[in-house]
Amino acid sequence: MFRRKAFSLLKTMPLKSGASNFASKFIHPVIAFHGHGCHRTSVDYRQAQDSPGSARGQTITAPQTKVMAEEELPGVLILGVGGTHGVLEDLAALLKKHFRLITMTEFLENKREISKKIQSIFVFECRPTIDRKLLESLPNLKVIGNSGVGVDHLDLKMIANFGVKVTNTPHAVADSTADIGMALMLASARRLVEGCQIAVSPDTKYFAVDWLGVEVTRSTLGIIGMGNIGYKVAQRARAFHMRILYHNRKQRRKEEEEAVGAHYCEKIEDLLQQSDFVMLVVNLTPETHKLIGKKELGLMKPTATLINISRGAVIDQDALAEALQNKVVRAAALDVTYPEPLPRDHPLLKLNNIIITPHIGTATVQALRMMAEEAIANMLAVLNGQPIPSEVFPK
Amino acid sequence: MEYQELPYVLIDYIGGKHGVHEDHVEFLKKYFHLITLKEYIENKKFLSEKIRAIYMWYHKPVVNEELLQSLPNLKIVASSGVGIDHLDLKLLSGYGVKASNTPFIVSSDTADLAMALMLASSRRLVEGYQMAVSPDTEYFPADWLGDAVSGATLGIIGMGSIGYKVAERAKAFEMKILYHNRNRRNKEEESAVGAVYCEKIHHLLQQSDFVLLSVNLMPATHKLIGKRELELMKPTATLINVSRGLVVDQDALVEALQNKVIKAAALDVTYPEPLPRDHPLLKLKNVIITPHMGTATKKTRLLMMENMIKSIQAGLMGLPIPHEVLL
Repeated sequence: MFRRKAFSLLKTMPLKSGASNFASKFIHPVIAFHGHGCHRTSVDYRQAQDSPGSARGQTITAPQTKVMAEEELPGVLILGVGGTHGVLEDLAALLKKHFRLITMTEFLENKREISKKIQSIFVFECRPTIDRKLLESLPNLKVIGNSGVGVDHLDLKMIANFGVKVTNTPHAVADSTADIGMALMLASARRLVEGCQIAVSPDTKYFAVDWLGVEVTRSTLGIIGMGNIGYKVAQRARAFHMRILYHNRKQRRKEEEEAVGAHYCEKIEDLLQQSDFVMLVVNLTPETHKLIGKKELGLMKPTATLINISRGAVIDQDALAEALQNKVVRAAALDVTYPEPLPRDHPLLKLNNIIITPHIGTATVQALRMMAEEAIANMLAVLNGQPIPSEVFPK
Repeated sequence: MEYQELPYVLIDYIGGKHGVHEDHVEFLKKYFHLITLKEYIENKKFLSEKIRAIYMWYHKPVVNEELLQSLPNLKIVASSGVGIDHLDLKLLSGYGVKASNTPFIVSSDTADLAMALMLASSRRLVEGYQMAVSPDTEYFPADWLGDAVSGATLGIIGMGSIGYKVAERAKAFEMKILYHNRNRRNKEEESAVGAVYCEKIHHLLQQSDFVLLSVNLMPATHKLIGKRELELMKPTATLINVSRGLVVDQDALVEALQNKVIKAAALDVTYPEPLPRDHPLLKLKNVIITPHMGTATKKTRLLMMENMIKSIQAGLMGLPIPHEVLL
C-alpha cells in the first residue's frame, strides 16, 4: 500500500556551519525523478546535484509529504534509543520521520503482532546482532540498513538467503574517517600524546630541547586501500607535500592519480619498503584478514609508522606488538583493534610507541547525522523498489 | 683550514636538556671553535677577545649588557627559530652586533603541528586515547562524540609563512578559511588557498569554528586575545596557539574555558614555559597543551643549525647576512 504514497526525499536539516549538506551528495538522481508507480514529489535535481563546496551550509528542502499516521509508516527495528549502545536521540528523531520506530524490547514483548510490521532494521554500532533466529522471525523484512561502511559484522550470505538486502553508508563516513587518519598520523609523528603528558605532569620542571618527533611534510605516505576514504586521505596528505604511494585491488584512473599525485604500487612490498607512514584503509574481507603480519612489518622502514583506520583484524596484532617492542617499526596509531576494547592486560596497551583511540573514525555529530540520513535513503529506496545507492552484495 | 683559524663561537653548553644537540656538534666543529659558557668564564682573559659570534640555541646563552661589554669583537648573534621576542635588538645594535633568526624552514613543521592540534582537539584524541588504555574501560560508548574539522571554518590570525602553510593544509580538508593580517595578501595568494580577508578581527572571531594564532610576539600583539576577543568567539569554537604564550591573556583564557565561553583550547605555547604546576590551565579538561614543540623534528633542527652557520659565516666576513633581524 505504501507504494502509492509519496515519500518525501529527506527534508534536510540546517547543519552546523560548514558541515556539508549531505543529502545532496548521495540521493541517486533516479530517485529524484522517476515515479515507478509512486507519486514522486518533485525536487529540483540541479539543487541536489550541486558540488559539495557549493551545497555546504545551504539547506535543500524537499517539499513536505502529506503527514502519515505513524502506523502506516514502514517499521524499522533498532536496538534501542539512548544509553551507551542505543541509537542517539537526534538520529532516532530522523528515523521517526520516515519509519515507525520499533525497539528490540518492544519487539520481544510482542513478537507475534510486531514481527510482521518490521520491514527494515537500522544497524547502529553493529547492533542489533543479526542472526538466523532474528531473520526467521521477521517475514516482511526487506532491508538491513547499516550505519557505517564496514559490514564485516554481518553474515552477508546468510542474509541474502533470506531475500533481505543490505546497505551501508560509504559516503557519510569518508570525510570524518579520513580526518581521523590524518589526526593519528600527525599525533604519532609529532608525539602529541606524550607531549601533552609532559606538559601537564607534576614532575615536569622544564621542556627538553632535544625531545624530537619526525616530520610529516615532504615524507612518504603509503595508502593501502584507495577507496572513498583512502582517496580523501590522499587529498589531505597532498597539501602536506607528502609523496603518496598507494596499493589497491584496482589501479585508479590516471586523472584521479594525478589529482592527488599518487603513484600506484602493484606490489604491496614496494609500498611498504618506501613509506614513512603506512595507512590501512581497506575493508575487512577474507583477503585482507591479517594483511599486515610479521613479514610486512619486517619490510617496513624501522623509522616508519603504521596507522590503522580499517578494522583491527587487518593486522596480526601479536606480530605488531612484537615489532613495536623490538623497534622493527617506529610506532603505530590505531583507531581500531580486535576486539574493541582490547583486554586490559593486552601487550599493545603497555607499549609507549603506540596511540590507540576508541574507534572514533565517525564519532562526530556531523558524521553520525549524515550516516543516519544515508542509511534512511538507502532503506527507503529498497522499500520503494527504487535503485539503491549503496547496496552491499555477498562475494 | 687550520684549527686555530676557525672562528671562536660562544655556546651555552652541549647535550643535556637544553644544550646544543650532541649530534650537531661534529658538524659545527668543522666551521667553528666552540666555546661553552663554562669554558669562557674559566678563561675570560684569553677568550673574551677571541669570541666573534654567539650561537644562541633556544634562547641560550642569554645575552645581556655585561656579556656584550666583555666581548669586544662580537659581530653577530645567530638565534635558532623564527621568534625574536627574547632578543634585545636595541641593546645589540648599540654594541654594533647583528642578529639573525631562522624563518621559513620552521614554517612547515609549525603548520603541521597547528593542524595536529586542531585535529586532536576537535576529535578529542587525547581523551580518546586515555579511554582506550584506561584500566577501567569496559566498552566504548556510542554517544561519545567530537566535532568535524572537514568543512568547518578556520580563522587564521597572522598570515605569514606559517599561517599561509596552515591555510594550504586546511584547504584540503575543505575548510572555509578567513584570515586577519597586518597586510592583506595579494589576490593570487588568497585564491590559491581560498582565504577571505577580514580587515576587522572581530568578523573573523565571530564566524570561526577554529581560531589559530600564528603571529609574531611584539607590542601590538601582546595580549591580542583577551576577554573581549574570547567573548566574540562562538561558544562552540576552539582557540589554537602556535605563536607565543603572551599573545593570549592567560587569565582571561582560563575564565573563558571554565565558563564555557569558548569550547576548548590547544596551546603549543604558554607563558611561562612550562607553566607552574598548580596553574589552572593544567586542570581544565577542555585544554590540550604541548611542550613548545613546533620545530621539534630532527630534520628541521638540522636545517636550523645549517642556517645559523651560514648566518654566522656571512656576519664574520662582512657579507649580507641571510635572515638578518633588523631593529
